[in-house]
Amino acid sequence: MQACLFYLFAALTLLCGVLVIANPFTRNPVTSAMFLVLTIVSLAGLFVLLHAFFLAAVQILVYAGAVMVLFLFVIMLLDLKEEERRKIKAGAGVLGLAAAGGIALLMIAVIRQSNAGVGLKPASAEGSTLDLGKRLFTDYALPFELISLVLLVAMIGTVLLSKKDLK
Amino acid sequence: MTPVGLQHYLVVSVLLFCLGLLGVLVRRNVLVIYMSLELMLNAANLALTAFSRFNNNLDGQIIVFFIITVAASEVAVGLALIVALYRRRHTTHVEDMTALKN
Repeated sequence: MQACLFYLFAALTLLCGVLVIANPFTRNPVTSAMFLVLTIVSLAGLFVLLHAFFLAAVQILVYAGAVMVLFLFVIMLLDLKEEERRKIKAGAGVLGLAAAGGIALLMIAVIRQSNAGVGLKPASAEGSTLDLGKRLFTDYALPFELISLVLLVAMIGTVLLSKKDLK
Repeated sequence: MTPVGLQHYLVVSVLLFCLGLLGVLVRRNVLVIYMSLELMLNAANLALTAFSRFNNNLDGQIIVFFIITVAASEVAVGLALIVALYRRRHTTHVEDMTALKN
């Protein structure tokens, strides 16, 4: 059952990932954004299979909810009619495919050879939100506070960049 | 069917990462390049979560939590930059952004 779900979600993730970057029917960024939402939701399914329930919820809330809405807003704000007509150059496509495929083969070969995870058994009740929260507010309290500072800086930067005349 | 182990998750993560890399290399629209960056970040998240689960250690999940936060702020700033750039140059095509070249 779990294996079936894993293969289903993995195939869905990779298929939608392909459709994000190279949709054969349209070059419209809105379609890419929609398939990115599907990718993120199926990744959340993989997180559930890994017993990371809190992260699955955050993934859907923050990525599929907030980030993708931001993406869609910006796509709608910009007039992208002219962009659609441009095609991927064949030479760039072949070279990019060779580079990315080479790196993928290399990394998969390393994973196969390293025997990563052989003999490791997943714990039965790991990844509960309670443990995660405890770790976050004790051992990782300082990074947690610093990340709020990062969010503040990002907010100020966004407001400044969105002003009409940058001075 | 063999039981799903760490290696299965890592292979999915590698493939997703390389899809994102391919998108960055091939596509010429800044917004789609940004989406490909998100794909790469998500691939890293998947690998970290899988390590966390199979090593019985929650640190990986906490790093994923931080990565999601940083990615959200990165998207906010990046999209603001893209909007500012579009206002100035009226394009989201990377090959038209050659102001530093000449």
